[in-house]
Amino acid sequence: MVATTDLAPRPVSAPARAPRAAGRRGRRVGTNLTAYALLAGGVLCFALFSWYPTIRTFLLAFQHTNFVGASQWVGWKNFHRLFADPEFVDAWRNSFEFTGVALVLGFGVPFVLAVVLNELRHWKTLFRLLVYLPVMIPPAVVAILWKWFYDPGNGLFNEVLKGVGLPTSSWTNSTHTAIVSLVLVSTWANLGGTTLIYLAALQNIPTELYEAAELDGANLLQRVRHVTVPQTRYVMLMLLLLQIVATMQEFTTPFIMTGGGPQDATVTVLYLIYKYAFVYFDYGTACALTIMLFAFLGIFSALYLRLTRNAD
Amino acid sequence: MRTALFPRMAALVLATGTAVTVMAACSSSDSGNSASGSVTISVNCQPPTSDPIDRKAFNDDIAIFEKAHPNIHIQPKDEFPCDDPKTFDAKLAGGQMENVFYVYYTDVAHVISEGQAADINSDVSGVKGLGDIQTSTLGVFKGPNGHLYGLPKTNYSMGLLYNRALFTQAGLDPNSPPATWDDVRTDAKKIAALGNGIVGYADYSASNQGGWHFTAELYSQGGSMVSSNGKEAAFNDAAGKAVLTNLQQMRWTDNSMGTKQLLTIPDVQAMMGAGKLGMYVAAPDNLPTLVKQYQGSYNNLAIAPMPGDHATLLGGDGYMFNVKDTPAQIQAGIQWLQFENLTPGAGQFNYQRSAANGSPVGLPEPDLWKGSTATADDQAKAKYANVPSQNDQDFITAMKTKQGKIEPVDAQQIYSVLDGVMSAVLTNQGANIDQLLSDASTKVNSLLANQ
Repeated sequence: MVATTDLAPRPVSAPARAPRAAGRRGRRVGTNLTAYALLAGGVLCFALFSWYPTIRTFLLAFQHTNFVGASQWVGWKNFHRLFADPEFVDAWRNSFEFTGVALVLGFGVPFVLAVVLNELRHWKTLFRLLVYLPVMIPPAVVAILWKWFYDPGNGLFNEVLKGVGLPTSSWTNSTHTAIVSLVLVSTWANLGGTTLIYLAALQNIPTELYEAAELDGANLLQRVRHVTVPQTRYVMLMLLLLQIVATMQEFTTPFIMTGGGPQDATVTVLYLIYKYAFVYFDYGTACALTIMLFAFLGIFSALYLRLTRNAD
Repeated sequence: MRTALFPRMAALVLATGTAVTVMAACSSSDSGNSASGSVTISVNCQPPTSDPIDRKAFNDDIAIFEKAHPNIHIQPKDEFPCDDPKTFDAKLAGGQMENVFYVYYTDVAHVISEGQAADINSDVSGVKGLGDIQTSTLGVFKGPNGHLYGLPKTNYSMGLLYNRALFTQAGLDPNSPPATWDDVRTDAKKIAALGNGIVGYADYSASNQGGWHFTAELYSQGGSMVSSNGKEAAFNDAAGKAVLTNLQQMRWTDNSMGTKQLLTIPDVQAMMGAGKLGMYVAAPDNLPTLVKQYQGSYNNLAIAPMPGDHATLLGGDGYMFNVKDTPAQIQAGIQWLQFENLTPGAGQFNYQRSAANGSPVGLPEPDLWKGSTATADDQAKAKYANVPSQNDQDFITAMKTKQGKIEPVDAQQIYSVLDGVMSAVLTNQGANIDQLLSDASTKVNSLLANQ
């Protein structure tokens, strides 16, 4: 019996391994269940506050609703209304202008600041703190503060300009300078975060590269051009994309500082969405404009990523 | 720059819709009636805790009322602001609106058209003094069928608020305020000539308030915002042009409006409270705000009738009844409103208590009444007056005869368009008034066509 048993072919191992495999599966399921349970809260929040509003935005763009009576399907009427609205063109123009000026100020200035901060040998922490401080001020407070700075009568800036014998400006009170004035506010309030990201990227650049460049006789500008810029290119490209997306959605500063004026010169796309939704109570048209902005930024981002990937 | 990737406005716009869904799911269908015959009604616009004196007075009134009506229980709600247009529709749709809810005059037509207010026409026959409420004020709460859907709380009419001390300093007679827009221009120039940052006349041009003031000034010039059927803009005419030309001349020719523009209510009130402003268009309810919040003085402040021989803009607030209210709740609500808002000597018209609390008594408005009730109210007000009401006597007298016009349909949308016109005239010296009015008219026509 023993020999027979020994010589007999071993039964398939499945019955012997089955309990172990089932145990592993059980443990995996148990582990996954815990993970799914932990994930559920986040998924639920995303579903309720992000995915569901997004889907409903697309649906509402083709409806007329006031959230009181029954919604009506109106096809492309909301879009037609937008195209017939002269403020629609103004809003896009203002947003593009804001984004364009913000690229010059909001993209270039933080990079220069980061390079300067990176070169500092003393008081590094203090200067980093000073650069970052405005980020910690609530946006509404920033807007109100700058509204006073910009007061054409006796605001801080015009008093300073008068004090040094320079001509004063109307700042936000002029259609010619309103956008630039708002970009200055936005740049001041937000450049701290961007500067710190650049600074982190700069500090990852191996010092040997700078030493080699110096040995080759490169001056500061050449070191920036041939070492700093190529080494931080990926961060710059990503920040550029994020900045364009963010500035195309500018809302807080014009809302608080200018109310869209003067003469609609600071009505941005997002501000116009707000007006359609909460001034005109035309939620369908607001949603139509929202998905137009969404589509524009989505297509732009996809193209940008594709082009920059090809550039690699 | 910030790095928000997702269009935030999608969530903002849909937040209203989500709120509706959530609130609808949570709403109760409590009828408010109990088997014992008692009835409970929720009423909003209880003064907030930050206003302890008015809150106590309101709560005291509830206690007095409930003692006199033991079968009625009032549940006050102290939302602030009482009526937020951004959440108003969502609250209505979600079934969260109180049994008796607060509205501005500009909300009334919309609420009626949406079928969200109960018809109280057959329930108000017992309201004492209903016939003594000014016809134009009560008319605001009537629907297209002529039925009543609510009751007023206060009313206001626009006038010219001015600083008496600056008038005196400028060599003007503070007892003879400007009666025409030409007078306003002349006096503003003299006041601005005082220098030291003093502005002669200020006007709003942002946050829809520019359009609101344009409307008030247009009415005073004899114009109308929309056609009689409410379908077309009507401000692109001589009256509209007169309003803007006057402002343009004061701003750029006389330099009497200061350089800072895009002003809103707090900006102008701060200037007036600080003694840096001669005049602005306002309702009398600005007076206590100027004194309480901006350190103004009743002795230095006064309100004159709106310049011009034509109409003035009316506004105000009141209460309507939830369409889901039971007949008993409507009756209870009417009795409460009658006690709190529509009885001389009680509730908001308890001048003795207001004077004892240090609240201003003797202001020109609210001025809800006509006939014998108006006389009784005026006498009671005079008895406990603690502000120099003689400063406002011209306004009080003029209001007895001056035509009042309410705000146009879709007022906020129209005001938003006219903000651009006002800000253009006040910030751009070369603004083309004809073109501005024409463009605004086209846009308002489009707005009205889409309603």
